[in-house]
Amino acid sequence: MTAVTKLSNHRASKEELLNYYEQMLLLRRFEERAAQLYTQGQIAGFCHLYIGQEAVLTGIKAATKPEDDQITSYRCHAHAIACGVEPEAVMAELTGRETGVSKGKGGSMHMFDPEKHFWGGHGIVGAQISLGTGIAFANKYRGDDTICVAYMGDGALHQGQVYESFNMAKLWDLPVLYIIENNEYAMGTSVQRSAGNVELYKRGESFGIPGKQVDGMDILAVKAAVEEAADYIRSGKGPYLLEMKTYRYRGHSMSDPATYRSKEEVQNMKEHRDPIQQVTNMLVEEHAVKEEDLKAIDSEIKKRIKEVAEHATTSALPNESELYTDIMPE
Amino acid sequence: MTELRTVPTRDAIRDGMAEEMRRDENVFLMGEEVADYQGAYKCSRDLVQEFGAKRVIDTPITEHGFAGIAVGAAMTGLRPIVEFMTWNFGMQAIDQIINSAAKTYYMSGGLVSCPIVFRGPNGAAARVAAQHSQEYSSWYAHVPGLKVVSPATAADAKGLLKAAVRDNAPVIVLENELLYGVEGDVADGDDAIVEIGKARIARTGSDVTIVAHSMMVIKALEAAKTLEAEGIDAEVIDLRTIRPLDEQAILNSVAKTNRLVIAEEGWAFAGLGAEIGQMVMERSFDDLDAPVERVTGKDVPLPYAENLEQLALPQPAEIVEAVKKTLYKD
Ligand SMILES: Cc1ncc(C[n+]2csc(CCOP(=O)(O)OP(=O)(O)O)c2C)c(N)n1
Ligand SMILES: [Mg+2]
Repeated sequence: MTAVTKLSNHRASKEELLNYYEQMLLLRRFEERAAQLYTQGQIAGFCHLYIGQEAVLTGIKAATKPEDDQITSYRCHAHAIACGVEPEAVMAELTGRETGVSKGKGGSMHMFDPEKHFWGGHGIVGAQISLGTGIAFANKYRGDDTICVAYMGDGALHQGQVYESFNMAKLWDLPVLYIIENNEYAMGTSVQRSAGNVELYKRGESFGIPGKQVDGMDILAVKAAVEEAADYIRSGKGPYLLEMKTYRYRGHSMSDPATYRSKEEVQNMKEHRDPIQQVTNMLVEEHAVKEEDLKAIDSEIKKRIKEVAEHATTSALPNESELYTDIMPE
Repeated sequence: MTELRTVPTRDAIRDGMAEEMRRDENVFLMGEEVADYQGAYKCSRDLVQEFGAKRVIDTPITEHGFAGIAVGAAMTGLRPIVEFMTWNFGMQAIDQIINSAAKTYYMSGGLVSCPIVFRGPNGAAARVAAQHSQEYSSWYAHVPGLKVVSPATAADAKGLLKAAVRDNAPVIVLENELLYGVEGDVADGDDAIVEIGKARIARTGSDVTIVAHSMMVIKALEAAKTLEAEGIDAEVIDLRTIRPLDEQAILNSVAKTNRLVIAEEGWAFAGLGAEIGQMVMERSFDDLDAPVERVTGKDVPLPYAENLEQLALPQPAEIVEAVKKTLYKD
């Protein structure tokens, strides 16, 4: 255990922390296995991993209701799983099999499960923000109490449609929580090289949308900030913006060697800020949980993921007749 | 004539841009990841090193915005080359391309021209699914005021790009990611220029004419080989330019073979095949001994699964079949 990883300023019960530990580790082991399957040629095309960013999503899910809507970009495997899609169905989508959540038609970047309030999985940078605003519009229109969480990267934040959406979201006080997953890079472009003003959480201010910056590697900080934001939105005051400072450990996608940053920078993040290690430290230091008990949980997760991979690589390819299905609803 | 060099297509594109930038200070390159990252597909390798950040410009992910900025700059006489990471993302900017770049010369009664090049990979790559795999030739060829080129070889990629930079009209350059690594013999300087509006006979033959562009030229040549083994001698016309279409080259070939197959990766409906078939019917109906055949992408969004993707994209075997149909040999 690296003692240097800081402890959160927030506190949580042992059960809660164990729960986060397990959820985040599942996402990480899933993505590690996806990377492996990609290297083995079982997954093709683009494959964007979430490793390093687990606290953002897990904290948000902990602070929102299961019926709240979620929508994100192509970096979506973890979001699907966190919303309750079975890891088997996500991995089988990555391998393009008939048991995939999109029947193998969408692949790594495009998956949906409306029953789980997960609205994708979108390949065009920024598009999900207008769509997410529209989902919030629909929620308000129907008069229900749900909010939509719309995720974007630090790069996506610059797209013009984001600001068109911001304006209308405030104009109509739509129940939408905008999340910037600021992992420092948009492909090879750092925030400093893409933003005229790097205080990204202020991007909503001139539209009347309050914003805050949050340590996105600290799940308890994420949860606290989102609870506050969700209360604000549910009280009818309109949209809210949170900038989660996080980091992706891997390249932009499996085909990016990530030569634009130093090995030390990545190593430093892993050693000092890792979200799972932070929770591990809290469990061990403050709740006297034994490291071997945590290792046992990890072993269980690894076993599960092994089965997930087995399922995803042995399921059948879609039937050829599927080429012409799902083009237009009846 | 300068000595030919054998280079991959991506280097031919790079060299073409570099030569034009050396020749004319008004030429600059702008797009996502074109400078420090050297291009998402490495088509601008070493350019920022040679020309500096003033002329090789990394943009934020804001296609509609930077396309508009480039069009504005072009109106004043600069000669921007705008790279879209792929043409799928060019859709964010399609309004500026069509409503501003294509129409301004006409709307200003010839007072304001827009000498700009929009370039990037077009069509299906490998397993990147529906939102990242689309063939745009017929979309842009539809528009008066635009020129559209779509090279299949390294020499044409360089030569047409150089011609596009020197052209006073806006030119759409449709490249292909899968061809970036393919090598070809390429000239330097003015010798390398390929005139816009001129097709090329990629293979001479006497029994049937196959018209194609970009990737489909490679597939048509493969089909021609198969046909040759069966005693059928196909002529393959590589359009190189989609608009203005080299009608005469097609008509000359059809006058000789009396049979025509158009192979395109795009969808059939309102596609190039429809246009070319109509043109031949209008201008030399009497030359045709059989109905014109089309081989196109299937009428579906591109699926991710390996088997479905293969089915969705037009394959050489389908060209072979279409050819036999024109020869009443099925
Ligand atoms: C409109 C559009 N432009 C460009 C791309 C190519 N692209 C995909 S992801 C990406 C970087 C996005 O970075 P960011 O928003 O920070 O999200 P992250 O990948 O870091 O999660 C780019 C340029 C795209 N998919 N869509
Ligand atoms: Mg990012």
